[in-house]
Amino acid sequence: MELLIELSQVIIDRRPRKRQRLGWDVWPENPMKLQDVDGYIISDFSLTTNRTEQWFCVLLVPARAPQQIGFLYPDSGIAIRRSCKPFRVPTNSTQRSLSLIPATRIRTIGTEVQKLTGASSILPPSPSLPLRVEVPFIYLFLYLSSLHSDPKQNLIRYKLFLSGGRLEVGFDKNGGNKRRYKNEERFVFVPNDPRSLMKLNVEFKNIKGHKFSKDGSKQALLNLTQDPEKGTGYIFEFDNFTDRNSCRDFVGRVLGKLQSVPGRPNEQSVPEKSAGAPLPEQLSAVEMERRIKLLREDSELLRLHKQFVLSGVLTESEFWATRKTLLGEDTTRMTKQRPGFKSAMLADVRPSADGRTNKVTFSLTPEIIQQIFAEKPAVHRAFLNLVPSKMSEKDFWTKYCRAEYLNRTRNAVVAGAEAAEDEELAVFLKHDDILANEARRKIRRVDPTLDMEADEGDDYIHLPDHGILRDAQKDTAETETEVSRRTLSQDLNRHAAVVLEGRALDVELGDTRTVAEALAWSKQELLSKEKSEENVNLEKQEKVARMTELEDLQAPRNPQYASLCIKDPREYFDSQQANALRALGGTEFGTNSLDLNLSKEEVYRHLKEQISEAKSRGLRNPIIRPDTALKVFSGLSQHLSSTRFQLGKNSQESALDRIPHRTKDDLMHHWTSIQELLRHFWSSYPITTAGLYNKVQRVKDAMGQIYQKLQEIKESSQSDFRHQVSLLVQPMLQALDAAFAHYDSEQQKRTAKSGAKPNGYVR
Amino acid sequence: MASAPSKLYQDDVSLVVALLDTNPFFWAAASLPFSEFLHHVIPFINSLLLLNQLNRVVLIATGTSSCGYIFDSGDGNASGNSNAVCSGIIKKLEDFVGKDSKIGKGSNGDGTRPAISSLLSGSLSLALCYIQRIFRSGTRHPQPRILCLQGSPDGPEQYVAVMNSIFSAQRLMIPIDSCIVGAQHSAFLQQASYITGGVYLKPQQLDGLFQFLAAAFATDLHSRNFLRLPKPAGVDFRASCFCHKKTIDMGYVCSVCLSIFCKYHKKCSTCGSEFNQVAPDSTIPDQKH
Repeated sequence: MELLIELSQVIIDRRPRKRQRLGWDVWPENPMKLQDVDGYIISDFSLTTNRTEQWFCVLLVPARAPQQIGFLYPDSGIAIRRSCKPFRVPTNSTQRSLSLIPATRIRTIGTEVQKLTGASSILPPSPSLPLRVEVPFIYLFLYLSSLHSDPKQNLIRYKLFLSGGRLEVGFDKNGGNKRRYKNEERFVFVPNDPRSLMKLNVEFKNIKGHKFSKDGSKQALLNLTQDPEKGTGYIFEFDNFTDRNSCRDFVGRVLGKLQSVPGRPNEQSVPEKSAGAPLPEQLSAVEMERRIKLLREDSELLRLHKQFVLSGVLTESEFWATRKTLLGEDTTRMTKQRPGFKSAMLADVRPSADGRTNKVTFSLTPEIIQQIFAEKPAVHRAFLNLVPSKMSEKDFWTKYCRAEYLNRTRNAVVAGAEAAEDEELAVFLKHDDILANEARRKIRRVDPTLDMEADEGDDYIHLPDHGILRDAQKDTAETETEVSRRTLSQDLNRHAAVVLEGRALDVELGDTRTVAEALAWSKQELLSKEKSEENVNLEKQEKVARMTELEDLQAPRNPQYASLCIKDPREYFDSQQANALRALGGTEFGTNSLDLNLSKEEVYRHLKEQISEAKSRGLRNPIIRPDTALKVFSGLSQHLSSTRFQLGKNSQESALDRIPHRTKDDLMHHWTSIQELLRHFWSSYPITTAGLYNKVQRVKDAMGQIYQKLQEIKESSQSDFRHQVSLLVQPMLQALDAAFAHYDSEQQKRTAKSGAKPNGYVR
Repeated sequence: MASAPSKLYQDDVSLVVALLDTNPFFWAAASLPFSEFLHHVIPFINSLLLLNQLNRVVLIATGTSSCGYIFDSGDGNASGNSNAVCSGIIKKLEDFVGKDSKIGKGSNGDGTRPAISSLLSGSLSLALCYIQRIFRSGTRHPQPRILCLQGSPDGPEQYVAVMNSIFSAQRLMIPIDSCIVGAQHSAFLQQASYITGGVYLKPQQLDGLFQFLAAAFATDLHSRNFLRLPKPAGVDFRASCFCHKKTIDMGYVCSVCLSIFCKYHKKCSTCGSEFNQVAPDSTIPDQKH
């Protein structure tokens, strides 16, 4: 009998000691056979990682021709490259169908991905070329999650990429015919998700040993070690120990057989890579999720990420290192902005009658339920008491709706009769005692100095011919039953109070029971808080005494503060005048320009003469000569139109508002980019490791590019705005210059210290 | 009687309080004689009244030793033709100047240097009080604004009072328009117009003063939204030190009166507070001039 074990849901935990050149230690030898569909299809996209620690998603696009079936060949181009590259034609292939995306979709995905990544063109130039597109997974994920309304589903799919699958040990090489050969040469891991690339196909001769966890320990693990010194290998986690054990026995047998035969060392297919390069960062799914979430929520961050991480200026870990606070646990759990309750009276659940039968349908959403709980404490209490111990949730709401309906139709007699019969129903029809209590408590806390009589004149409700129109019928205050005495204005007030209180709960809507309990809990908390406030009562009374005191009867109070004594207020003026003088272009200011030689009597006499002259002459006609008026008018207009575009004259609007939007956006974007780069630049000093040195190089190059772009913006801007743009660009250039200067001086120090003479050094 | 039921035209009804500078020292030397000035101003007041039947204009004279109401269009006896308005204003002005000179004489008796600056703070306060009275009478009121017709230079000793008036006007949302008929700009009014959102204008050609007034200051506040009026030039809010009047970016501020100094002083020259702290290391306040 052959040993063929197919284990479902094996979680693979590959400790990645991968060779640097390859994306993976082992790549699937079985190329994927793709169905031939008109146009392009993305047959697969899956997750992989490269040496710059980025997660990549590989989109696989096969060509139309059947002989050009594309398959993933991770050896080539895991690095950041967006090239179109023909696929190798697989020689032999196992049949495996993949879920296909229709040709129309790929165009959409292609353009979307293009939009997200800013890639020049990821669509094939001609339909005969197969195309392979590599996109950082994050972006594809962002795109996919925008397609599906529920991002969680995608996350689950994403997790499936990483884990879950089938481990096949001892499978038959020729697939279909299992009886002929027994494969003792390799083991294969096939993930559950056929599109995942987490497939393993490893020859046993590469495996040096195997370890396993004890029966009964926490996890059923099997560790196939590849190189005992370095600890590379594969760790599989099984669902149960029996599966693990049968697998382990088989592996042990095979390994024992293999090791008895002396293996040729040069058969090692791929040489081990030299150590020294940093190992890629392993991200947990949670961590990934968090980063993806942050990027999705912050478009600015996404842009920076795209600009620097995608182009390789910064690595993923460097980028996030400066944003540790964002990634912190607390921030993700922090209270989010919650929308409040609707201000519309939601609590009126409108029945919809279908017209033919007597059936009346109410529809309740979780949101409505939450609002009902908040606005009608009696219902809330009844729910806590009755559900699910006495009745099901459905019954409860049916009853509630029935009560509402009775209320609405104002069938007082029926309501009364029903309430007498059914005590649960009575809860809804009864005057709400909790509300009454609350109102009483609130009244106790009202400022006793409040003049309630002042509003008496505003009461229109009790006047004849006044009232509130509700549902096209007048809601007059005088009705017989107790129930309907709960007037609309009371309802309105209650609703307003609830809306103002806001949604205090941070509970996912959905489970009514949890919502109800959380609400009860928060209310209790509030109550206890108020209890402590009772102690403040005394203080309140004191306040009242203060409020009612008559000012006239009090002794004059001395000011509690020392009055400000200013020797000479003139100084304030002088200091301001100096600036005003400059602002207006040096026109003469000053207090001493009046002719003081004239005596007081003289000047007054002169003024009086002037007045009497005006008196004797009376009003002139015309008041002003027409040509003077025209001159003044045109002068004013000219002045206004000239100052319109002048800079700095109007401090109310920002200088940025006046330059074209494109330039403004560019400048803002460059500024954020520069800040990001500078932060990385300065934080890498002093340079202690080669990694930091490389980083500084990369960052410096990127800054150089931005410097160029800034210069271009400066030069290409229109003459109207050139001055202003250059003013804005100036501080950016200065900041960059400072960084460059520091870089150069550090570089010199470095060369001087190491004693290395720069090229062309002459003594 | 003045606050006629104006419910229909509330938006474009204005209450203009014009402050007339009657500083004799200024008018004695001014390029524009006072009589000429009146020939421009009085028709302007008449035209304001013509713009809307419900408009209200109040004229306040700013003297060197006192301020006073000269004219109130809401006054019962001020109605009628423009000539009556004109003669009424001139007569009141005559009275005011006579009174002002007498008060001035009294204070001049002790041989101090005569006050040559007009009491801008006083007339601003009068204007604000008047507007407050209008605000408190009747349910609907016209939109108020203040127009300063200023010629004489600023009085530095009034700094605190004037600034207080300006800030009160800002709180009441009353724009202060300024028309400078003198030779120098006014730092006070420049600030006032800037802070309150009024128009600051210094006409170059004084024989066309009426045209300036009519073009820039006649429109009501509602219409101003649609017009491009001379905007107040940006006021330089940078601080300059009290000791050398230099604009500074960094300096020492008196913790008592907020005076600014470019150097460390042992004693504040403005309020006289003594600082007994040791002067900090001179390298710390990095001054950029």
